[in-house]
Amino acid sequence: MARRTGSPLTFLSARPRRTRAVDGGNGLGRGWRIHLGSFAFLAPGLVWLLTIAVYPLVATIRNSFYDSTSTNYVGITNYRAVFSTASILVTFRNNVIWVLVFPFLVTFVGLGYAVLAERIRWSTAFKTVVFMPIVFSATASGLVWRTIFDLDPHVGIVNATIQTASSWVDPPGLYPIDTSAGQSVAALASTGVVAGPSDSLQTASTVQAGDVAELGLTGMRPAALQLAGAEKAVVPDPFLGSVSGLVWRDFSPSNPSAKGQVLADEDGIPGLRLSLIRSDGSIAGSTTTDKHGGFRFDRVGGGRFRVQIDARNFGSGFTGIFWLGTRSLTPTNGLNQTAQAILSVPLVDLSMIVAYLWIWAGFAMVVIGAGLAALDREVLEAARIDGASEWQMFRRVTMPMLSPVLVVVLMTMLISVLKIFDIILNMAPGSSQEDANTLALGMYNYGFTGLGDWGLASAIAVILLILVIPAMAFNLRRIRG
Amino acid sequence: MSASSVVAPRLVGGIRSVVHSFRRARLLLNVLVALIAIFWLMPSVSLAIFSLRPEALFQQSGWWNALLKPSELTLENYQVLLSEGLVAGGPLDSLITSFEITVPSTILVTVIASLAAYSLVFGRWRGRGSLFLVIVGLMVVPIQVALIPVVQLYREFGSLTGFNPFGTVTGVVIFHVAFGLPFGIFLMHNFYAAIPKELLEAGRIDGADDWQLFRRLALPLGLPAAASLSIFQFIWVWNDLLIALVFLGGNRHVTLTIFLFDQIRYLAANYWIISTGGMVSIFVPLIVFFTFQRYFVRGILAGAVK
Repeated sequence: MARRTGSPLTFLSARPRRTRAVDGGNGLGRGWRIHLGSFAFLAPGLVWLLTIAVYPLVATIRNSFYDSTSTNYVGITNYRAVFSTASILVTFRNNVIWVLVFPFLVTFVGLGYAVLAERIRWSTAFKTVVFMPIVFSATASGLVWRTIFDLDPHVGIVNATIQTASSWVDPPGLYPIDTSAGQSVAALASTGVVAGPSDSLQTASTVQAGDVAELGLTGMRPAALQLAGAEKAVVPDPFLGSVSGLVWRDFSPSNPSAKGQVLADEDGIPGLRLSLIRSDGSIAGSTTTDKHGGFRFDRVGGGRFRVQIDARNFGSGFTGIFWLGTRSLTPTNGLNQTAQAILSVPLVDLSMIVAYLWIWAGFAMVVIGAGLAALDREVLEAARIDGASEWQMFRRVTMPMLSPVLVVVLMTMLISVLKIFDIILNMAPGSSQEDANTLALGMYNYGFTGLGDWGLASAIAVILLILVIPAMAFNLRRIRG
Repeated sequence: MSASSVVAPRLVGGIRSVVHSFRRARLLLNVLVALIAIFWLMPSVSLAIFSLRPEALFQQSGWWNALLKPSELTLENYQVLLSEGLVAGGPLDSLITSFEITVPSTILVTVIASLAAYSLVFGRWRGRGSLFLVIVGLMVVPIQVALIPVVQLYREFGSLTGFNPFGTVTGVVIFHVAFGLPFGIFLMHNFYAAIPKELLEAGRIDGADDWQLFRRLALPLGLPAAASLSIFQFIWVWNDLLIALVFLGGNRHVTLTIFLFDQIRYLAANYWIISTGGMVSIFVPLIVFFTFQRYFVRGILAGAVK
């Protein structure tokens, strides 16, 4: 270490003998005092750590072999329970998912951001924005991300974005049918109409040029009809060489039981997209109903046809994905409960990983950024002069020099996700809590909610401790080396 | 006609196109980074807007509509929240409880860690190195391993002395200090270790005892590290949920994180009022962050890279 002769030294030498005189020249006594003095400084911290950290650690190991109130020795019963209870195996699975996905993801993103930040002029502002979430409590962050992933597209921006995008590709129909609420398109058929292929409706009998088809539907929402500008149903006249007809609401408010005929107070159904289907299934033409429900396919030629009310009239479009739900990303149908618990990957886990990335990417970026700034410029210059491209320099020079820092970020994040607790408690809704549970949260749940099984909770804590030991060993080697 | 007059325009054109493509790449890069920044800012902005939009608008339209119509924002939700006043378990009361826990925890950790680190670096007793390694090892120990035995300890202490720290602010602080110390000692140790030993030897020869050396030398020199540690510890304790949840037990006064956690649990989807509580809870750490950003980042770097 370089000897520094800065202001502190001059500060001391400026008043050399004014600090108390040497105690009587008794070397042995003075040495003893120095030992005692500096050791006394350690005492408060040492006592604190021994009582509130080291002793409890040992006591927890003991408690894990005792019953739920730590009174009777029960052997390895608690550990057996840990490995045979499906809801605890779920916590292992979730810890594995977090450990496999998160540290690499956050290191990769942090590296990307650090590299990007080096190349812009407003890097301080950028770094501040990315780093800021780290000071929020996981409780507040969990709340924020809960709203972002909300099912309702009026609340959750993720579902709102998907809804907007999907309404270009697959716009909702004028008369949406909510199949999840038990409604069906087939139930709309009333007069002269039967269910067609894939949620469409078709005329019950075939028609030919010159015919007038009457298609009666029931169960249409009055509000939807009003919105589409429906007016009184009018049966069009036959037209030479064309298939004409109407689609109407086969329901008369004044005479509810009368079906099958077009009455004076019945409305046409406007805006329906119709297709004319040949007997071989090909499409002969398409049209849309007018405000009286009337339509006409012109110059249809010979043969017999069916008029089809297309499925897209009844599509409800995108209604939202439950991002915080427990739907598994891996197929687990037909497996037994334990296998399901171990092998499924619930959607809520991935949503929480995104939220946690938002919190920690700034940390990874700042640490890796500091690593980048500390790289040996001469080596980089030499590589540049030798004609290495940007990518080659990054792959062959920067990355190897940076790898110790990347490993540190990986390990720090690994420890963090092994102990992951409050983001889950706050972000996963009640219905998903059990599927999103982790070891650290499970320990709290088993120990401090409900009846409280301290034996089982201690066993989970010990397992958690065993799992962080490799990380501990890594830290110690790094600090020693 | 000389050759150069033919080559020169071509060369200039080539340079121009290089400059042009370089500029375009720069623009693209800036746009990309700006998009990332907007994406990263979005959750915080949404929390703020949620808290500022009246309940009536909540079901009607997404919070992002307020970006186009800022006039619809009001302080209504804050008035509702603050109208509860200082009732136990309310937002203002929780704010005070959070301070009651955070401030002593921060001061104690900083002072005790500084003293311990001084002893570990400059002391002359044997086994300092091994003890330091044990403390570093404690840094990653999950707090879950200590929860139950400390609850038991508190009870025993209560039956012995009549004061059971369980369920009190004191009990929470004691636990926080224990689990803040390893990182605190680690951070201060690394900083003190960079102070030249000769400096201290000179002081000793001059007859200064350890207390004087600590006060006159280590403390002023270690001030930046102590600042980093304090800020780090402050934010860590302020944001803690688990320790407060366990050790405040059935106390009517709760921390802001518990207040918010309860709201999330019981008010489920009433985001407008929960978000207002969320804003109150991030207000203090945000101020600390923006005031002492440099020290905070330094603390993080010291913890991550030696």
